[in-house]
Amino acid sequence: MTAATTNIPDLTRRRPLTGKQIAGRIALYATLLILAAFVLMPLAVIILNSVRFNEDILRESFIGWPTRLTLENWSVAWGEACINASCTGVKPYFWASMLMVVPATVISTALGLLNGFALTKWPMPFAGLVFVVITIGVFLPPQVVLLPWAIALSWLGLSKSLAGLALVHIIQGTCFTTLFARNYLINLPDDLIKAARIDGAGFFRTFWRIVVPLSPPIIIVTIIWQFTFIWNEFLFAVTFSHSDFRPITAALMSLNADDTGVSEYGFGSAAVLIAAIPPLIIYFAGGRYFVRGLTQGAVK
Amino acid sequence: MALAAPPPTFASRPKSRAARMAQLVPAFVLIPTIITTGIYIFVFVGWNIYLSLSNSTLLPTYDFAGFDAYTRLWRNPRWTTGVWNLAVFGALYIILTTAMGVFLAVLMDQKVKGENLLRSIFLYPIAISFVVTGTTWQWILNPSTGLQAFVQSLGWENFEFTLITSRETALWAVVLAAVWHASGFVMVMVLAALRGVDRDMVKAGQIDGAGMLKIYRRIILPSIWPVMISVLIILLQFAIKTFDLVLALTHGGPGIATTFPAMFVYDRLFAAGELAQGAAAAVWMLIGLVVVFLPIGALHLVMRRQKGGAK
Repeated sequence: MTAATTNIPDLTRRRPLTGKQIAGRIALYATLLILAAFVLMPLAVIILNSVRFNEDILRESFIGWPTRLTLENWSVAWGEACINASCTGVKPYFWASMLMVVPATVISTALGLLNGFALTKWPMPFAGLVFVVITIGVFLPPQVVLLPWAIALSWLGLSKSLAGLALVHIIQGTCFTTLFARNYLINLPDDLIKAARIDGAGFFRTFWRIVVPLSPPIIIVTIIWQFTFIWNEFLFAVTFSHSDFRPITAALMSLNADDTGVSEYGFGSAAVLIAAIPPLIIYFAGGRYFVRGLTQGAVK
Repeated sequence: MALAAPPPTFASRPKSRAARMAQLVPAFVLIPTIITTGIYIFVFVGWNIYLSLSNSTLLPTYDFAGFDAYTRLWRNPRWTTGVWNLAVFGALYIILTTAMGVFLAVLMDQKVKGENLLRSIFLYPIAISFVVTGTTWQWILNPSTGLQAFVQSLGWENFEFTLITSRETALWAVVLAAVWHASGFVMVMVLAALRGVDRDMVKAGQIDGAGMLKIYRRIILPSIWPVMISVLIILLQFAIKTFDLVLALTHGGPGIATTFPAMFVYDRLFAAGELAQGAAAAVWMLIGLVVVFLPIGALHLVMRRQKGGAK
């Protein structure tokens, strides 16, 4: 009797690992940790350099452990460093980016959600065609519209201005947000919308009362992606900006290209970090949603 | 009685003027986007094509000059080198990033402790701009300050690491930074797809005595193909648009060793005053994208059909 029961493998209890399995686990974790260290290395190096003295960096090397600490790099990078002969630090460029990114993100997200709702839940003759055109808008290489944008913006009197750059990002971004919202809202049960319509609710009422309350996941994902994308964008930022108004990515490139003899790696590292901090905060705060946006938005 | 009202349907059945107007609201909501997107895609692309056929130099002119700009374009070594670099870089970048991402995803799929933390670490580079990525890697790879100086300061005085300053290898520096930037993204996509694989199928395979390798090849790979296609499309997009990463990392150098088509377009339009040639180069970028995307799109459609047919 007892002999018979032992023949059935006990699936509920964890069996002790064999020597080969233990070796496998060790190799697995070792590989993962080495790769994680490699991925973290550049960030660690610039964080360390942002608190090292520049003469230490020049004497030792760019990669090194700080022997003495300073926070001066951060204040110089923020308020004093010279970029293109104007010694204001990255502060004005940081705020220029914010001033452009926040409205562009909010407006393109709101428009995308409205468009997505109109495309999926209301009978529309050309919904399929509109969807195709918007998809093309997402994939179009920006270089092919760069020159027309430049000419059009100057006609509108918006060339090299915050409003012009925000407008470009809103128009291009709305293609992306509409696609995102459409892919999300298409899975929303039609019955909800139909019920609202029987009750006599119009388009906007249904949108406010039913669609918006059900959409926080896609709204958060879209805001995260729009903010990160527009903040990090460089081509339009450098083409449609001016010394009075320049997003931080464009300013950083000038700082990087300014090889005027002495290299200031210390505050350079701090400046690079300041440019990377807003998207990193969003990335770590939004974690789950960031990943969800990747896997859902891109797969469909 | 006359109250024999029809059952409520949702087919458009205009009752009054107000009701008819209400039905037009969604169309009105879409109109601004349709107009702006239509202009941005059709008018702007058409305009760019027209300018590429003009004799514009410093300022846009609309005198037709035929394919003059295109012939001059392909005689320009900066352009041909850029196209060649893009082909080499694109192939290396896509193969290595995908290999690295799949490798990481398979490792992460082995019930690893601390999976969330590790995933955050592997994925964070995708949140960082190409300018920041390029600048940081340029500092690290620069022989006089970076890795070479570091290893020499440890005592190996003869250590040389000139990946970024040598003409032959500088493109690899771009590949390195680009793979660093996107492998975590591929990992997350593939990992999500792996989690979506039918566990019963895998169990059935294991019971039948199939090895891990065979299970991956026969059961898991076929069901994650759609995600692999998405990954491919997104990486191709990144590759064709490569601009800020190279500008920050190598500035196209040494010489023109790491120049790219997107850099050429920018240079012709805003530095060299060769508008027609820049526009022509941009048209070629669009053609390249379409040529690369069409077979992938077709493949995607065919596989969808097959999947639908099997059900």
